[in-house]
Amino acid sequence: MDKLLDSFSNFIYRKKNFIFLSFLIPPVLWLGIVYLGSLLVFLGHSFFYLDGFTGQIVYEFSLRTLKELFSSPANIDILIRTVGLAACVTIGSAIIGFPIAYYMAKFTSPKVKIFLFIAIMLPLWSNYLVRVYSWKLILAKEGIISWFFEKLNLEWLLDAILATPIIGGPSLSISYIGMFLVFTYIWLPFMILPIQASLERVPNSLINASHDLGANKRQTFYKVILPLALPGIIAGSIFTFSLTLGDYIIPYIIGTSKFFIGQAVYTHQGVAGNIPLAAAFSLVPIVVMVIYIYFAKRMGAFNDL
Amino acid sequence: MLKALNLNNINKSYGLIKAIDNINLTIRDGEFFSLLGPSGSGKTTCLKVIAGFEAPDSGIVSLFDEDVTNIPPFKRHVNTVFQDYALFPHMNVRQNVGYSLKVQKMKGPSMDRKIDEILEIVNLKGYDLRKPSELSGGQRQRVALARSLINKPKILLLDEPLGALDQKLREKMQVELKNIQRQFKITFIYVTHDQQEALSMSDRIAVFNEGKIEQIDTPANIYSKPINSFVADFIGTTSIFDKDSAMKLFNLDKAFSVRPENVVILETAEDLATINKQQFYITNGTVADCQFQGSQLKITYLINNNCKLSVFKSLEGNINQKYEINTNHTLAWRRSDITVLNG
Amino acid sequence: MIFRRGSINKLNKAGLGLRFGAIFGLLFLHIPLLLIILYAFTTEDKSYQFPPPGYTLKWFQIVLSRQDIWSAVSLSMQIAIISTFLAIILGTLAAGALYKTSFFGKSSITILIILPIALPGIITGISLRSTFGVLGIPFSTWTIVIGHATFCMVVVYNNVVARLRRTSPNLIQASMDLGANNLQTFFYVILPNMGTAILAGGMLAFALSFDEVIVTTFTAGQQTTLPIWMFSELIRPRQRPITNVVAVFIMFITFIPIVFASYMASKTSESEGSTK
Repeated sequence: MDKLLDSFSNFIYRKKNFIFLSFLIPPVLWLGIVYLGSLLVFLGHSFFYLDGFTGQIVYEFSLRTLKELFSSPANIDILIRTVGLAACVTIGSAIIGFPIAYYMAKFTSPKVKIFLFIAIMLPLWSNYLVRVYSWKLILAKEGIISWFFEKLNLEWLLDAILATPIIGGPSLSISYIGMFLVFTYIWLPFMILPIQASLERVPNSLINASHDLGANKRQTFYKVILPLALPGIIAGSIFTFSLTLGDYIIPYIIGTSKFFIGQAVYTHQGVAGNIPLAAAFSLVPIVVMVIYIYFAKRMGAFNDL
Repeated sequence: MLKALNLNNINKSYGLIKAIDNINLTIRDGEFFSLLGPSGSGKTTCLKVIAGFEAPDSGIVSLFDEDVTNIPPFKRHVNTVFQDYALFPHMNVRQNVGYSLKVQKMKGPSMDRKIDEILEIVNLKGYDLRKPSELSGGQRQRVALARSLINKPKILLLDEPLGALDQKLREKMQVELKNIQRQFKITFIYVTHDQQEALSMSDRIAVFNEGKIEQIDTPANIYSKPINSFVADFIGTTSIFDKDSAMKLFNLDKAFSVRPENVVILETAEDLATINKQQFYITNGTVADCQFQGSQLKITYLINNNCKLSVFKSLEGNINQKYEINTNHTLAWRRSDITVLNG
Repeated sequence: MIFRRGSINKLNKAGLGLRFGAIFGLLFLHIPLLLIILYAFTTEDKSYQFPPPGYTLKWFQIVLSRQDIWSAVSLSMQIAIISTFLAIILGTLAAGALYKTSFFGKSSITILIILPIALPGIITGISLRSTFGVLGIPFSTWTIVIGHATFCMVVVYNNVVARLRRTSPNLIQASMDLGANNLQTFFYVILPNMGTAILAGGMLAFALSFDEVIVTTFTAGQQTTLPIWMFSELIRPRQRPITNVVAVFIMFITFIPIVFASYMASKTSESEGSTK
């Protein structure tokens, strides 16, 4: 038996490719067939169309569905709305997340760092629905935010915010502002961790060098620290942007009757059975993300993932 | 004399880069043999070929007259001490050191005894339950050594093992390594870029340069009779006179080098008068630099405005002696002390 | 952090503004969760009134006796365990293959591996659903598992790859040098070294699977996992505190693997047994 294992080991050692392939093939096969295959099949539907009369999918190549996507003003609205919100959420989470990431990377001892790391990861892996739902509580008319404003005699401020066109609404829990808050909250850890990782990589000697050469704290921050943290910010933004583009649950729970891309996809593939249109809608976030990722890669974001 | 290792026409390339080029080498049983050269000269690649981690593109590797070129490392009877020690982080010292015994399915009191023995030899008694992360650099180095020695290998390969240690510790370890080698009568094949280390420890040295071996010889011979300007310059301090200057100053038709300890400064008129002009080369130089080195001064002279000559002058108790820059002196060295350079 | 008086380095002390910003961010992250716990005890069951009119434990009792909740929990557990198992195997294999050698097509494969997590869940969900439909595979626990394993493997992959990249490449050579063949090297050196990374990745994968709702909705038939149960509860009138209680339970169940995984991930920041 030992001899057998020995000669097998011999064989493997010289044939490095053998090990390599046997490792690589199972996961690639799984991903390729199960995942990629299904994905392409689904997305391929955007080149077919739904026959209005029969309600059946016509499997002939056609650009009709894609045209439908981009010609209807309602559809364009949906696209703009979603992309706009995704952009705001990205900026919002970057602003809120940066201080935590910076503090964690540069000003904490290893023990505190672990504690903070857990503190940030915890919400991330807590139930998504639970976290969305908690905001429903907070934003509700009788909820804690209203109570807070009341106590400070600032109800008029809250009403003014809600009266703002476009982003306001009947209640915080049914408005764009509300959605913005919830999205930012949910994806925040995704933004913090890459920023923290890239800031960790900035050696303190660089900061010292900057001070040594005459820059004060402010200048050092804008000229040295921020540019070096940029790849991390961009990496984090990939998550916040992409996840917002495709989400349908938060708009459903916190949103108005105005649709977002995720909801559009969900509705179209549902009862209507309009898979081609659903697929067409799905193409938008994918294409947007592909372009986004391409530029992100060029700016070095992938070094930190 | 038994041949421990024989490398025959070994070549190895990585892509377009030729790491070692037609290497031929024979190492005798019980030798302390160094592979010396600058970074990238091919010495580590050579070591990997000997150990079996890399297969040569062509050529034969023989250990004790047995062709091992196609035999994987776990079958060869050589052991390696790695440059970064490669201690298993999830095992403590005891488990690290006893790893090869465990692999041979040894266990129980006899295995424990062997581990204790070797830990005693490398002065790590009492450290056996520590993990590598709890040890200093020098201690880790000794664990790596113990781990390799426990097998009582015939040949031990060492890849710049002392590189990460500070000066004092290195000197101490050099002595310890030499003692272990003599005590166990193991053939040591030692890779280093530090020529002082190679000179002080080795029985013989192979000087590597850009994938080729320039010279194989004893330290004394390499030092006093370097075969070309690369070896002359790499080993110790030396002054090199190129072909033109040699012709102009001394009527010699080849470049040559001379060691600084062989040069005398003729300070008095009497020195000048009594020197034997047939046996010595004599020339004038201007002091360009004077360095205090503890027991001696290292003075750099500029000769003829383009050659640099280094001279060692023993201080002989006169600690404050020094030479002013731009002073002129007459310098001399025996004609027999020069090394003619062929390239 | 309290530094000794004499050793305060101006640069190592965070500015007041920064500390304030960091604390604000942390509070922002955690207050909603605290509120959920708070609302699990409220006596008011029809609205989200703040502050709660009263406190009670009765909701906890009710939840403990509800059969539908228990079967949802049990199903989620089963799925999480199986998916994690598959994810560990696939993710570790992928990491082992991809962590060092560059080869033709490597970056494409790397992107392929990240895709299940990078693309919105709804797209993954619908894609899998239509494929199952086309192939005539009935929706069952196994279709859910297939979906989960696909994105869980990415989490394991990330953890293991990060660990492998930090390990000294000489370890395998050292093991062979000392006489161990491939199999022995794998069991004595490689596996223990990767062990904590695999475990950490597995724990995160478990939590991810336990929590997932979007892909699950599309790949399930009549099955109800805990997140699916939650979602259906959220969109209809009900006794609100009950969902809060369940949420509290979920938080504590996923709390344990996360802390474990983070603890293990942090241990690797110690040196790896090589030179300083």
